[in-house]
Amino acid sequence: MPAAKRVALLAVLALAVALPWLVANPSQLNFAILVLMIAQAGVAWNILGGYAGQVSLGHAAFYGIGAYTSTKLLLAWGLSPWLGMLAGGLVAVAFALAIGWPCFRLKGHYFAMATIAIAEILQIVVTNTDAMGGAVGLQLPFANEGWAGFVFNRSKLPYYYIILALLLVTLSASRLIERSFLGYYFRAIKDEPDAARSVGIDLTRYKLAAIAASSFLTALGGSFYAQKELYIDPGSTLATSLSIKIALVAILGGVGTLSGPVVGAVILTAIEETTRTVFGGTGRGTDLIVYGLLIIVVAVFYPAGVVGGLRDLGRRWRGPGAAREPLPAEGER
Amino acid sequence: MTAPLLAVTNLTKRFGGLSANEDVSFAVEEREIVGLIGPNGAGKTTLFNCIAGFHAPTSGSIALGGEPLARLTPEAAARRGIARTFQIVRSFPSLTALDNVTVGAMLHRKRVDAARERAREALAFVGLASRANTPAAAMTVAEQKRLEVARALATEPKLLLLDEVMAGLNPAEIGEAVELVLRIRDRGVACIIVEHVMEAIMPIAHHIVVLDAGRKIADGPPEAIARDPAVIAAYLGS
Amino acid sequence: MSPSLEILIQTLASGVLIGLIYALVAVGLTMIFGVMDIVNFSHGEFLMLGMYSSFWGFALWRLDPMFTLPFTALLLFALGAAIYHVVIRRIIRAPMLSQIFTTFGLMILFRGLAQFLWKPDFRSIDHSIVEGKVALGWLQFGTPQLVAGAGAIVVTGAVWWFLQRTRVGAALEATAADREAAALMGIDVQRMFALAWGIGAACAGVAGALLSTFFPIFPEVGANFILVAFVTVALGGFGSVAGAFWAGIIVGIVEVLGGFLLGPQYKLALVLALYLLVVLLRPRGLLGRA
Repeated sequence: MPAAKRVALLAVLALAVALPWLVANPSQLNFAILVLMIAQAGVAWNILGGYAGQVSLGHAAFYGIGAYTSTKLLLAWGLSPWLGMLAGGLVAVAFALAIGWPCFRLKGHYFAMATIAIAEILQIVVTNTDAMGGAVGLQLPFANEGWAGFVFNRSKLPYYYIILALLLVTLSASRLIERSFLGYYFRAIKDEPDAARSVGIDLTRYKLAAIAASSFLTALGGSFYAQKELYIDPGSTLATSLSIKIALVAILGGVGTLSGPVVGAVILTAIEETTRTVFGGTGRGTDLIVYGLLIIVVAVFYPAGVVGGLRDLGRRWRGPGAAREPLPAEGER
Repeated sequence: MTAPLLAVTNLTKRFGGLSANEDVSFAVEEREIVGLIGPNGAGKTTLFNCIAGFHAPTSGSIALGGEPLARLTPEAAARRGIARTFQIVRSFPSLTALDNVTVGAMLHRKRVDAARERAREALAFVGLASRANTPAAAMTVAEQKRLEVARALATEPKLLLLDEVMAGLNPAEIGEAVELVLRIRDRGVACIIVEHVMEAIMPIAHHIVVLDAGRKIADGPPEAIARDPAVIAAYLGS
Repeated sequence: MSPSLEILIQTLASGVLIGLIYALVAVGLTMIFGVMDIVNFSHGEFLMLGMYSSFWGFALWRLDPMFTLPFTALLLFALGAAIYHVVIRRIIRAPMLSQIFTTFGLMILFRGLAQFLWKPDFRSIDHSIVEGKVALGWLQFGTPQLVAGAGAIVVTGAVWWFLQRTRVGAALEATAADREAAALMGIDVQRMFALAWGIGAACAGVAGALLSTFFPIFPEVGANFILVAFVTVALGGFGSVAGAFWAGIIVGIVEVLGGFLLGPQYKLALVLALYLLVVLLRPRGLLGRA
């Protein structure tokens, strides 16, 4: 990695670590935590949707599985949320493999719709299962404060560092995958599945690998959400709107790039907060208008997202001979 | 006598009512170059797709080194040592030439640096070493065809199926391609070449299989094929 | 006849009626997909706009939705074609992800606009010429529902007739089958795409107008129909108008039977499970291309 890039990364990291001491008030710290949360989910999504090109619009299913698993284990058996987090990850992987196995033979739109269908079904089932709290949801105890209990009431600061650490873990996992043979295989599957098969790549096996990694990391984020909010319900952890948001931060920032989802998370959350304060409240629909326009503009004019766009600029600046990513021909879904 | 490298026996492939390959049999020995020719629609690409695992034959068998290959998938074919190129080039457009070939090399070398090294070798072998860091999408079609060959070679195959690699090449490029095929053969890889460019395969093929309307109508050394009245008739459509 | 059998048949009949509406919505959706391989996630919003068009005609000028229906259809046709020219035209060759998110963005934009302009309150049309009940034998139907079902049949039939029996319809089908070949034959492919969007939106708009006589009208109402429309299109076969018609009826029946047997909260889950069954077991649906 070039020296300039390394320095820049360290500076960003230092800024991130120092951030709580630089913000003015607790609500700004909370804002930062929200950004990191959605960024973490976006980076996890990107492993499946960005690198391997399997667009999931139902990732909230994994988020919710993480949240509900760790919470139920805590409420029913007093299991430490840290262990519960890992358990949630494993349950998510099992679920992901179970749905991936039949669904990965679906192409493009069919697969995306299937992910929506599965996540919605899960939300409906949980909403109607009393043992899961039904529509009312589950409340987590305020007791057990401290690092062991994963509950911090007096200050949100520990939450900030935990989610920052979780984001860094997710980024590291993503980077490790990107640079290993898995990364190459995912890209090949995304670009030309038939050519990938002709060089020995078993499509289903590697798509399952992608969804396993992606679902595990997404579920960790869900468990974090539960411990931070101390209250979960289907609407907040299993909703399609959450699935869309997770995919959106990756698309906004740059699908298939490492930093894209993080950049997208910052931009999206900033826009959300701005529209909320400028136009006041979500009842008037103005936030939806801005949101919708943003999505359309990015999807139509900047499909490579912010990071992708900056990279293209950099390439053009450096000289001719470098090509942009070509678009698929008609008929391909 | 040892079994041939590839033995296709009574291969039939039908799509619904349409018969693309009907009762085709031929063999390829190690280090042979075998030409596969025939007028358009004769079933050449379908035959390739069967050997490479993209289609399951309706009946008949394919054996590699004496072992029959049942229910072959493309990925299994690659693992067994059958590599192929595509008639309409299919490189990985978002990857560089080197990365394209690295994907191929990863079949046998999962470690990235080892695969990269193998990939560099293969790129140099086909003469694309200077384009290693060019995105595949920015390469010319002729270059991408050679890239596909490099990618296929990186999987360390015993048999290479070349589907019209010379289509659209000018005479100089054809000469280079022929020379490349010979070097591949010298490396120990047998080739089956589908071609319409006769002057390219006639000089180098050990024997030539001729298909017409799904059936094999001739199988022999190039000189015999050139004089075979059935072959001439098939091409002139009498 | 035993009371539970009566209830069952009544339920099935109401399922057929709502299924006809689903069919009409799905016809519009499958037309867009069939012609240009784009899944329109904002299709439910065309339905919503059709409902509001009828509502405002009624609230402002006391015009009955049945009277304003042709105007609603034209309005939505124009909107669909306009959306094509302004937005969709630019993403015809874009990666699938871009296409999905473009129509998703349109969905959110329309919902936001509706909420902004007309507030999130639930509206309804309280006195329409089709209000009341009708009895066919011992079966009871709401007149609006019956008229809506009949209207759906008529409009679906009209679309089918247009595709099968007119030159423009044939051109549309040709474009759907192979757009490059169609272009070579001299067909203006861009016009066909705009036409597909226009007809697709009009179908959803008409469905909305028919629904407005008995269904609540609010900005998010499209959400109730979009997922069901997708299932219907998948079941019928992407691109098949006839398939969408029969699939709509089946989906309507499955939905009400599911509600009847499992409870209303599971209706959507059952319909979505149907989608999964279809795409995994018979991907081309009832009448789709192989």
